[in-house]
Amino acid sequence: MSNFVGKRMIRNEDPRLLTGQALFVDDVQIPGMLHAAFLRSDYPHARIRSIDTSAAARHPGVAAVFTAQDMGSFWQPGPLLVPAPHSIEGLIFNKRTQIPMAKDKVRHQGEAMAVVIAESRYVAEDALVDIVVDLEPLEAVTDLERALAPGSPLVHDDLPSNLASFVRQRKGDYEAARQQADLVISRRLVIDRGVAGALENRGVVAAWDPKQAQMTIWATTQAPIGFRNIVAAALGLSEHQVRVIAPFLGGGFGPKIMLSQPEEVLLTWATKKLGRPIKWIEDRQENFLATTQERSQIHDVEIAVTGDGRVLGLKDVFIHDTGAYNPYALTVPLNTQTHTMGPYEIPNFHTEYTVVFTNKMIVTPVRGAGRPQGVFVMERMLDAAARELKIDPVEIRRRNLIPAGAFPKAQGIIGQDFTELVYDSGNYPATLEKAVTMIGYDRFVREEQPRLRATGRSVGIGVVCFTESTGVGPYEGARITVEASGDVSLATGIGTQGQGHFTSFAQLVAEQLGVDPRRVHVVTGDTSQFHWGAGTFASRGATVAGNAINGAAGRVRAKILKLASQVLDTPEPELELVDGCVRVADIPEKFIGLGELAVLANPMRGAVKTGTEPGLEATDYFGPPFGATASGTVAMIVEVDTETMMVEIKRYVIAHDCGTVINPLIVDGQIHGGVALGIGNAYYEKLAYDESGQLLSGTLTDYLMPRATDVPRIEIGHLSTPSPLNPLGTKGVGEAGAIPTPSCFVQAVENALAGRKIEILELPLSPNRLYELLHEGQEA
Amino acid sequence: MSDLVKIAVAVNGARHECSVEPRLLLVDFLRHELGLTGTHVGCEHGVCGTCTILFDGEPMRSCLIFAVQANGHEIRTVEGLGTIENLHPLQQAFWEAHAAQCGFCTPGMLMTLVPFVENQAHPPEEEIREALAGNLCRCTGYQHIVDAVKLAAQRLHQSEAPLGDGEVQP
Repeated sequence: MSNFVGKRMIRNEDPRLLTGQALFVDDVQIPGMLHAAFLRSDYPHARIRSIDTSAAARHPGVAAVFTAQDMGSFWQPGPLLVPAPHSIEGLIFNKRTQIPMAKDKVRHQGEAMAVVIAESRYVAEDALVDIVVDLEPLEAVTDLERALAPGSPLVHDDLPSNLASFVRQRKGDYEAARQQADLVISRRLVIDRGVAGALENRGVVAAWDPKQAQMTIWATTQAPIGFRNIVAAALGLSEHQVRVIAPFLGGGFGPKIMLSQPEEVLLTWATKKLGRPIKWIEDRQENFLATTQERSQIHDVEIAVTGDGRVLGLKDVFIHDTGAYNPYALTVPLNTQTHTMGPYEIPNFHTEYTVVFTNKMIVTPVRGAGRPQGVFVMERMLDAAARELKIDPVEIRRRNLIPAGAFPKAQGIIGQDFTELVYDSGNYPATLEKAVTMIGYDRFVREEQPRLRATGRSVGIGVVCFTESTGVGPYEGARITVEASGDVSLATGIGTQGQGHFTSFAQLVAEQLGVDPRRVHVVTGDTSQFHWGAGTFASRGATVAGNAINGAAGRVRAKILKLASQVLDTPEPELELVDGCVRVADIPEKFIGLGELAVLANPMRGAVKTGTEPGLEATDYFGPPFGATASGTVAMIVEVDTETMMVEIKRYVIAHDCGTVINPLIVDGQIHGGVALGIGNAYYEKLAYDESGQLLSGTLTDYLMPRATDVPRIEIGHLSTPSPLNPLGTKGVGEAGAIPTPSCFVQAVENALAGRKIEILELPLSPNRLYELLHEGQEA
Repeated sequence: MSDLVKIAVAVNGARHECSVEPRLLLVDFLRHELGLTGTHVGCEHGVCGTCTILFDGEPMRSCLIFAVQANGHEIRTVEGLGTIENLHPLQQAFWEAHAAQCGFCTPGMLMTLVPFVENQAHPPEEEIREALAGNLCRCTGYQHIVDAVKLAAQRLHQSEAPLGDGEVQP
């Protein structure tokens, strides 16, 4: 019986956030601090003839101006942040990682060419104007297919083509399955780019203290420890000389996992050189141009099915755009590949992708991270098959779902862990039925929809199933200490960007130690507090760090019981941990407070037995054998206004299984936010580029993020099949909402417009685009 | 460098006399001159609503006006709502409804919504969403924020207690 795990606790961190008392990176003020501004290229592709910074350097208030040439040997391409999955046979991977500043040529619009460091940001930006740059514009590579055509301009001149990578994986024999199929359908699906759109832009404050020989960095990073290691290596410092603090972050959503060479790493070099702290805070325009993005792919897909709608095989050949560099290797397209089969039994699967370099911003994971594209491929093909075969869309999904008893289920291809993708647990049929029941699918289709259609209203329904590989390794760790006050401190290496770690992690500790979760003080993302770990990404915080915390709490509990047994002269099994005390189960007046016990565990004089460890403290680590697979089904009812092409989501239902839920309130919030992004990806958000590679939607007035009036009330149904891969049974949930929503949206819109010959084969849509599609369909 | 201009501004009930550059944005003045870093900057072009403050009682984006334009006016920021120990009813409702995740847009949300909840006893959901539509949030999908506004409006108008227990008294 749990006292704290599974409870809808409101959050420990909120009072500070709600009163403006929480520290974000831009809130850091240090006396003598300088401010940086970057000169960024207006051209997506250009050769640099010269950069003259002399006038800028003379500008009053400017401390320094640096270009790539000024950096000497510190100018190095950054490290590969994720290895390529070399366990996949035949893999091609041409590594071209991000550089601190453009040296010979510019490879994307917004690439940094120079940095001004001045007394204020205002002055730094004034001085940018004084820099004289002579650029020779080059033809830009912007089209994914033309990027590979002979004679295409090259993003990297030292490569023979714009090919960044090639990966092919096969399960079964697709060609044989195709021969046996009653129906083979092929489609081309096109998905375009969007941003992560955290409300807080990126930023860094770097301060070098020469007397302590210590670098302190406050950064908007999802991976403080990796950041520290890279900075230490780049500057030739010992890792203990670099302290990275990721304070409160205003959202992450993927790009803040990046250890960007231009801004974050370069400025640590500059602060050491100038001997003064430097702050750089990205503005929104820079965020559009120079923060990593995601989603663009072109898929050529074929599905082979029987007459009763059973999938015999799927072939997906796609092109993935990695932008100008590929520092995050293949995480995004690999995720697409490994989420295409989703919760369905696909006996034969041929999947291959080609990654191309283009003159656009670098692509790295954005909440969803390749998964929405995989789901889009499978769900669109199932929809096409259902229509051809005149099978109800829910029914065709029902017929193909992996049955409840099939776990663990090896999927026959390499996954995000670079080992075979294995689904650990789940109950996909129950998840589908739950969503279908919640939305009242049968009644809507039989009664409501015909009735509304008869009055001329275009209402439609969509139902989409998905999986999400979460909680991937390698590992995380935690240290838990009972303090003399009886409060408990917990330090872990991951960063936090709003996921409620200060609460859910406290609940895990409280569960084991019988303390009030409000008295568990959590530190995340400070390398001086805990210095092992990978970071917050891939929906892994609650699963990987959570289980490390659970393990460490268990060890502290054991220490508490051992010492209390001696102090209270009672065998351990008769002791219980309640209300911050250890007490004898049947004699409530015989107890000792945890604080008092912590003091006893840390003697200041006298002798201790050999091997004694001080304090009530323990550290533990957790690394799963492979990621836990969460799953869900979403269902949506929409109404299309065929005059304005605005789409109203009238109902949104999601049945979700993330195993053991630590805090349902937080899980609900995570789902809501993901859904909102998914709605943006479906209908509002598009990074539109012209043919020359100029970004056309680089402001929030052109690039539309969903508002309160665009996001419906979201109804959530929780299912729980605990993961056998970790003691808590948790799976991740951070990206769940974003993954299926675009696919469900287009299915529902298509259904609303049924009879008007429209098939949606692209993302994102927009009212304009929907109008065009509808009219193309009518002309056809 | 531009000449400095003297301004006098009342912020959260305290009078500040400062010399500022004419081009200094009000939000930068609040954050970096007065150290009131609870007001955040999200877009600097007036769309996201993160920097919203109360300007003579009306919600206003502090990234779109200059500090000199605040001369002689009264400003209220999130620091002038409740305190950690004594939250404003809207802050309390945000806490209970889990209306903040990363918390970055939250101060702007609160400042936009304070006049709204103080003036509306039972706002329908549609009106709450309209009131919120000038403030972007990327974490919450807005649902819990809407719930918080309902809760706060209900509490504020249910009792006869003076508005805003946590308000700083002038």
